[in-house]
Amino acid sequence: MMGNVTLLEFLSMGREVANHRPWPRYQLDSKGWHALAEQMSVSNWEILAEWGEPAEIHVLLRGEDSGAIAVASHPCPDGAFYSLGQFRPSAIRLERAIRDLWGLIPEGLEDQRPWLDHGHWGITHPLGRPRQYDGGRHVYKFLTAEGDGLHQIPVGPVHAGVIEPGHFRFHCQGETVVRLEERLGYVHKGIAGLMSGKPINDAARIAARVSGDATVAYSIAFARAVEAALGLEIPARAHWLRALLAELERVANHLFDIGAICNDAAFAIMLAHMGALREKLLACNARLFGHRLLMDCVIPGGVAINVDESAKAQLLTLVASLRKGFKRGVALYDQTPSLLDRTTGTGIVHSTLAHRFGASGFVGRASSRAVDARKLPGYPPYDDLDFTIPVLADGDVHARVAIRVEEVRSSLNLIEQILARLPDGATSAPLPMRAGEGVALVESFRGEVALWVRLSEAGKVVRAHPHDPSWFQWPLLEAAIEGNIVADFPLCNKSFNCSYSGHDL
Amino acid sequence: MIPPIAKVLARHLIKGPHTAKDNIPASDRALRELAESLGITAQVKLGRSLAIRAIDAGSCNGCELEIHAANHPVYDLERFGIKFVASPRHADVLLVTGPVSWNMAEALRRTVEATPEPRWVVAMGDCAIDGGCFAGSYAVAGGAAAIVPVDMTIPGCPPTPTDILSGLLALLEAVEG
Repeated sequence: MMGNVTLLEFLSMGREVANHRPWPRYQLDSKGWHALAEQMSVSNWEILAEWGEPAEIHVLLRGEDSGAIAVASHPCPDGAFYSLGQFRPSAIRLERAIRDLWGLIPEGLEDQRPWLDHGHWGITHPLGRPRQYDGGRHVYKFLTAEGDGLHQIPVGPVHAGVIEPGHFRFHCQGETVVRLEERLGYVHKGIAGLMSGKPINDAARIAARVSGDATVAYSIAFARAVEAALGLEIPARAHWLRALLAELERVANHLFDIGAICNDAAFAIMLAHMGALREKLLACNARLFGHRLLMDCVIPGGVAINVDESAKAQLLTLVASLRKGFKRGVALYDQTPSLLDRTTGTGIVHSTLAHRFGASGFVGRASSRAVDARKLPGYPPYDDLDFTIPVLADGDVHARVAIRVEEVRSSLNLIEQILARLPDGATSAPLPMRAGEGVALVESFRGEVALWVRLSEAGKVVRAHPHDPSWFQWPLLEAAIEGNIVADFPLCNKSFNCSYSGHDL
Repeated sequence: MIPPIAKVLARHLIKGPHTAKDNIPASDRALRELAESLGITAQVKLGRSLAIRAIDAGSCNGCELEIHAANHPVYDLERFGIKFVASPRHADVLLVTGPVSWNMAEALRRTVEATPEPRWVVAMGDCAIDGGCFAGSYAVAGGAAAIVPVDMTIPGCPPTPTDILSGLLALLEAVEG
């Protein structure tokens, strides 16, 4: 075993692939990949995403201390690779999905059950070497829990509310949850397959719809990956306008989340209060940018919107009014003991787990993981803006609410800073026709969105892989609910607010 | 000390709800009229309020966000007797969002079957109409009509709360009372 080696030192034993930007990509041979897998059990390198190709496996890594980011690839012509998930549990579901989609078998992984493939597609390995599948739907073996008086509660995929579909299998002892197991993949739409072969602008529309609530973040991630692949510098104003849209999206989602979490603790007035605030923001979005959720406002090469002096004034008025209303809402939350009683100490995620799974966003930050893509690796214009990342150690529902509260405040400040210092100039740059590979890491309201893309010389997307932060948050929900009562599950689930669509892809 | 909840409640008592301001812009007024006539039409045609069951058959969750917005105090569908219910057994209308993913096809079919007649299936959003930008994928069956009979569509990506309201009104007006 090697000593204290940095990520880039380690990877440099592989072959560097040309035209991969902004961070390098290294191809490792079988020996190198094995060594990488073993490093997973001793190093603190984080897996940011893992995906496949018909005969190659890729993993996006960050050397935690140095902040260095790189892609490690391993050609696997015989259709199998040495599993990273056996050493790093965050990769287990990723590798099960890789097996379903590309047909690459993760060797050494204990859990070989399918994940996204439910046996309904009519083919197997749709993105690898597809084969006709005529068998029935898969029978999924849930993990068991045994003991006196244990009973199961199956929930979903169709839930009793306006929620996305997914299946939860509870094993309970009376009211207490002994084990929760999630089964996801119901909204798998084959997004990676759809993006392949599409012109860049068509693929951008799909990227904007990976997860509708994080549409701005996904659009920025796709645009940044494309711009990196093309080696394109976009005008400064475009960067700043993107950040403006991203912060508006963050505020809108956090407001809704805070309201909805309290609503799941039967404190409905908060949902109404936050809903009214959120509606102000969405109406303003529609007025100024033509879309309530800001879909397709960010395009590869820049942005498709602009703000003039009147728009600035309207946004500043909006920020002031949101701040006032939000203060009132937070006071209500902070001083309602019966509500705090529900959120405090409920659904605790221990920081060791948050670190092991590399959870980002409010789930990670509420469990002492101070990670934010806006700071590390950082991207413009955030390096020019003044903001801090809130971190708490409690890891309960209350901490996840408190992180969101801080982030709303910080995002409102960011919007004011952006409006005050918005540089003049063009809002987009034309895309050159060039081949290349690019990767981007962008902070959505939920956490780090990673997006990798390979472009052809004809200006088309050869392959693209969007990765949602929910991949590393869903498994922690299973841990958070353990020992809590069934009635607290909606509360815990909403405090995570993982994306089904972003995860299922 | 006066607890904050008392302040909030007092404020709403004095200033009235978000939905009923006098200085609402014209678009909101039109929306109110729309929602009111929807409520009245439901009463006339169904003899009672309208119960809707939303079902996500593969959406990106954008449509869900707008359904939530329609239930927020600013639009507040429920004051007109239009409410979202938890079970398909209580529903008159199934509001289907998203392209139908093959993994959800069976669940969608069963949900529709679980809804008592008379029932109407509304495909909400561009994806539910024809698969939208997800059409043609190995994992997508197409629009809602590929799996269940659809009575009406509401276009948009996603449709705004106003679009949702006008769509539901158009549906009820078309229903034989």
